[in-house]
Amino acid sequence: MRVSSYSRLRDVSYFGSLVLFAVTVMLACSPRANALPAFARKYGLRCSACHESWPMLNYFGQKFKDNGYQLMNDRDAPIWQNPSYWPVTFRITPIWHRVSTGKVMVDTYGSNGAGGSVVTGSTLQRVSNSGFDISGLDFHTGGTLEKNISFYVLPSSNNAAQFHFETVMGRLDNLFGSSWLNVKLGKFELDNLLSEKRILTLTGNGGIYQLYHFRPQGDGNVFGQMGDNQLGLEVMGHSWNDRTRYSAALLSSVDGQVGLPYGSNAYSGFFTFSQAFDTGKAGVQRIGAYAFVGEAPTNWLTQTGPNGATVIPGAVGNKSFSREGFVGQFYFGQHVDLQVVTQHGQDSVWFGQGYGDFIDGVASGNNTTGTTLAAGAQAPTWNGVLVEPHYIYSPQLIFIGRFETIRMSQQSTPGTASNFGNISTYTIGYRYNPFMTSRAGFAWHNEYNWLHQDGTAPDGTNLNTSELLMGFDFDF
Amino acid sequence: MQRNNLRKWSSVFGAAAVVAFAMPSSAQQTKYDFETRMNIESHVGNITGHAKDAKPDYRRYCVGCHGELGDGNGENFPWVDPKPRNFQLGVFKCRSTPTGTLPTDQDLFDSIGRGFDRSNMPQWSTFTKQERTDLVAWVKHFSPRWVGEKPGTPITIPPEPEVTPERIKAGREVFARVQCWKCHGVLGQGDGPSAATLTDDLGRPIAPFNFAEGARPKCGDTDKDIYRIFMTGLDGTPMPSFADNIKPDEAWDLVFYLRTLMSQHSKEKAMAKQLGLKPVDPNAPAGQQ
Repeated sequence: MRVSSYSRLRDVSYFGSLVLFAVTVMLACSPRANALPAFARKYGLRCSACHESWPMLNYFGQKFKDNGYQLMNDRDAPIWQNPSYWPVTFRITPIWHRVSTGKVMVDTYGSNGAGGSVVTGSTLQRVSNSGFDISGLDFHTGGTLEKNISFYVLPSSNNAAQFHFETVMGRLDNLFGSSWLNVKLGKFELDNLLSEKRILTLTGNGGIYQLYHFRPQGDGNVFGQMGDNQLGLEVMGHSWNDRTRYSAALLSSVDGQVGLPYGSNAYSGFFTFSQAFDTGKAGVQRIGAYAFVGEAPTNWLTQTGPNGATVIPGAVGNKSFSREGFVGQFYFGQHVDLQVVTQHGQDSVWFGQGYGDFIDGVASGNNTTGTTLAAGAQAPTWNGVLVEPHYIYSPQLIFIGRFETIRMSQQSTPGTASNFGNISTYTIGYRYNPFMTSRAGFAWHNEYNWLHQDGTAPDGTNLNTSELLMGFDFDF
Repeated sequence: MQRNNLRKWSSVFGAAAVVAFAMPSSAQQTKYDFETRMNIESHVGNITGHAKDAKPDYRRYCVGCHGELGDGNGENFPWVDPKPRNFQLGVFKCRSTPTGTLPTDQDLFDSIGRGFDRSNMPQWSTFTKQERTDLVAWVKHFSPRWVGEKPGTPITIPPEPEVTPERIKAGREVFARVQCWKCHGVLGQGDGPSAATLTDDLGRPIAPFNFAEGARPKCGDTDKDIYRIFMTGLDGTPMPSFADNIKPDEAWDLVFYLRTLMSQHSKEKAMAKQLGLKPVDPNAPAGQQ
């Protein structure tokens, strides 16, 4: 028996109503989207409230950090939190990347006459390798122990799960009721306005600021590393709206190595000052200056280094170094900003001649007792600039660019090419966050970095390295 | 026949479900309503703010609590106490204007910058003045009240007199007479006999301010701010305006007395200690504290 078209229409109507009802119930009952890193979780603010695009801080986030991870709303102490709240966040990044390095020494092969091959020599060639990989794991815990007593602990691993303490610090905030006096003790990031620990890029060369780690070729000063967390004491202060900031840190010149390595008693200081200005619709502009000055050891006090290697102690003691420069954070409305850092660096001539670089425990001729400086040796100096523009389409999508260049102004060894060791690097990329809530962070990260260095290839010519990276950068 | 009836009622039931679930949202305003008010401006000092310029900042900083529709139903609503303000209602606690009237743009500007102590509303002091003024306009665009109604006229606050022991004692009399203790308690600890019964205009439990806890009053902690709070009331809460019950000069006396209840050091507190001032007696006859 044929079914009439009217009957068929009624059947469809009946079925469609049921589907419509079911879908409506599902949509009405669907839970609110939510997800969560520790500070956002504690205060109910989205990540975008503190981060221009996580992990980079915006102005409000910088103020939150300067207040000792407090909103100053009288609910900062842990007693105000649900006991189930735990101030913990972890972050890790699975990636695919392709690294290409020019002028790598590789073996050449020839036939051994018996159907096999034999190494016949070596040659320089570009080597590219690619594959899936993972980053290390950052396991953050931080916040307040009580009102105006804050802390941060960051055990961090490399991608082989070898852990170390990246940050361990306690801080007394707003001493005597004033935002101008805060004291931090432990191992912590230096007060760099453009924070390397919150850098927006992830490649090997693009994931650090070259300015914060630069050493002239052959220089032994591993201690002037602005980008490394250091052990020390920091006094910091700011105005109530964070427009004016200063900091002064006294650091052990051990580049953050624990256990009083080297046995030497060398100290450095890191000083910053900045002032921000309200420029109406353009936003807040900040300019500042920094100086990293001090002494660092060129020798062990004992004959045996921490890894057991016998090192002949040199007799040149602590030597000086300095890094100083300007910082600018410029905002042009809600979508465009520009970060600028300059640097003038100088190391003692002893560092320039290779003294001090014994961090790997290997004795070198430059660490021998009684060594004298080569005739005409000079203190190496250099100048550099970093420019990093951002285009923030929305809190969920940011485009990043960076250009850095470092130029030697004086080589340590006479006769060295004036441009030996100069660096130029650029990085471009974007991060897309498919959601922005107060619960978790997830970024689809894409980036390309290219780095060029003069005269550092094995044959003394220029060296280029590039890396293409894409991955999931997430934290919870 | 039975099968036909089943089909008929299934269709009706399905349609009714769609309408039922849709009804709460149709009772609220929609994004279309807001679009019609996108040209709202705000004026703070010599700065003019525009609602449309604040959208990115609202999305970045505010939407997690106050919601896309400004109705306080952001994703963090379930875990926040006190609840985020519903801007659609056009009712605000912190005003310089009489109760029942809209606040001025300056009032909203100050609220954003000051934040609200003991709540999840931070001090948004990092904005530029222009950004904050734009956000004031954005807040306004959520409520139709701003279309047909002007803000109230700010109340006049007379100059603050000098603190004297007599004024503190007079303030204690005012505290007793207008029965502040019924909600705030005789020691100002928020434990008065009515405290447990209080709800806000949306029916949610609300606690009276505890002067002794050390927190700053939500609408500011200067003497003028405290004066303004009880002379304009906190709209949306059970805290009324006492402008009809307290004369301006008496109001300053009350401010001084309230300072004696707060845990922060103050000259009022020191004077009260010297006087040996006791808490008000709820059982004392009128005028015989």
